[in-house]
This record gives sequence, C-alpha cells and structure tokens, in this order.
Amino acid sequence: MSKAFVQVTLKRSILDPQGSAVEKALRQMDYPVEAVRVGKYMEVTLRDGLDRAEREAALEEICRRVLSNPVIEEYTFSWEE
Amino acid sequence: MKIGIVRFPGSNCETDCLEAWRVMGAAADMLWHQETSVRGYDLIVLPGGFSYGDYLRTGAIARFSPIMADVIRHAREGGLVWGICNGFQILTECGLLPGALLRNAGLSFICAPQFLRVEKAAPPFTGAYAPGQVICLPINHGEGNYCIDAAGRRELEEEGRVVFRYVTAEGAADAAGNPNGSAGNIAGIVNRAGNVLGMMPHPERAVENLTGGEDGRGLFRSLLSAGRERHGHRDET
Repeated sequence: MSKAFVQVTLKRSILDPQGSAVEKALRQMDYPVEAVRVGKYMEVTLRDGLDRAEREAALEEICRRVLSNPVIEEYTFSWEE
Repeated sequence: MKIGIVRFPGSNCETDCLEAWRVMGAAADMLWHQETSVRGYDLIVLPGGFSYGDYLRTGAIARFSPIMADVIRHAREGGLVWGICNGFQILTECGLLPGALLRNAGLSFICAPQFLRVEKAAPPFTGAYAPGQVICLPINHGEGNYCIDAAGRRELEEEGRVVFRYVTAEGAADAAGNPNGSAGNIAGIVNRAGNVLGMMPHPERAVENLTGGEDGRGLFRSLLSAGRERHGHRDET
C-alpha cells in the first residue's frame, strides 16, 4: 500500500475568511503572527500493485478532479516513506 | 412541462420545491440521486440543502452522483436546469456554471430576507419580472460568497449573464447590500446558452404571502410559460 499526504489550500488570490479570523485572534493574543491560511489535510491510501507512474497519475487525477476545486484551490502531496 | 426535482442525501429544500410547484399549479417528480436518466424531463431542479453533509466542499460529492452525469448531458443538449442554493454550488462544482461559492465573508451562516435586483429579465427563467425590479427573497446559506477571476467576471457582465444581484432596499448593489462578500454582489447567473440558472436565494420559499411573500413566483411563472412555448414548438415539428 502507498499512503499519500494531501494538502489543499485556497489559492493566494482568494480571500480566506477563516484564516483571517484565526490570524486576528492570534494577534489579539499578542502572538507575533504575520498571516494565517486555513487549508485541508487528507491521507489517501492507494491499492497495492500500482507502479510509481500509475500511483502518481491516479493521485494527480484524484486531487485535480475531486479533492480540490481548481477554480479556488491548489494542492500538493507527498508519499509516506 | 415535465419537472424533476433531484433529491440527494442531505437535500432539505426538495419538498419546499415540490410544494412551490404545486402552489403554482404544476406537478413535479422527485428523482433519487442514484437514478441514471432524466430523459423525458424539460426542467431539472437541484434543490437546496447540504448534499453529502457538504463534506470536502459544498456540492463536491453530489456532483459525481449517478444522476448528475445525465443532468449534465441534459444541460448540454439545451434542457433546463435550475440550481437553488446547494443546487447552485453543485452546478459550479460540475462546471456547468463558472466560478465557485466560498464561505461567507463574515463567516456567519445567514438566514434572512434579502433584497435582490433582477438584472436579466428574460425567458426562460425571469421573463415574468421587469428589468431592474427589486424583489425580496430569503437567503439561507453559509457558503454563498460567489468568487470568480477577473476575466470570468468580465465575461459574465459583458454577456449579460448576471441574473440577480444582492442590493439594499433602495436597489443599490453596494457593500451595504452585499450580505456575503460575493464578487459584484452576484446572487445568480446563467450559462452562456441561458438554459442553466444557479442562484443562492430561495424563491421556492417565497410563493405564498403566509410564508415569505410572493416575490419568488416570477421564476415559476417564467418557467411554466417557457415550458408551454417549448412544447408548442415541439408539437409543430
């Protein structure tokens, strides 16, 4: 099995009201915070028997079609060692 | 006019839609999201609610349910599709309408009457309204903040595809009239062909004075007369 860690965040150009609210709260608590963006973290475990290229292609497509909305979000992923 | 209302797990306005059509003198069928065909229907309504619990993103999972593949086919062939609230979110997720709906700018869930200006008063959806008419419909959403890039926004405006805008009681589409931070105060849009409408406000909750007024009736009336015309043409050919 190969496990991937997927992160989905709002594009830089999109205002993130959740992030702004957390950021304001942290500043009010006197933490030296410059900016906060809130995103999503997902773990996706793929079936056995895929070679490296197949699993990369499958996960790319999953991220692009389902886990993120390319209109507003971007994604990154890495594989468990 | 054969009308189908799609019920997804988590939909909660489908019965309101059914009742609104009944009040307006039309029958509608409830369609389960696992069905694979909408053939024979003139209009498909995607109702409000929280399909699949809004997991991942609003509308993101509903968009892949079996019935949606055929709703997309229906829309591409010119069939009418009307997405209300969560239905609008599903339509942007599946690419039938541009843009996306984000968390409201103020982060709060809003449930309140809201003034709207009818920017596009034309068949099939809004022919019964006057251009620029200010109406009041309930809004009921946490994620109605319409977002689109500058080029997409320009296209919508230039092609006259903004159907409703959030406004003040006086009809001003300014910050004071914008409840959720939507780009250009946009509350509803159509696709380029004009057969797919997505809107956040709930006209199905505004067809009777007892509950929410009658300002929503214009949409139902417009669609019913569009349906009569479509069938008229079909009978001729």
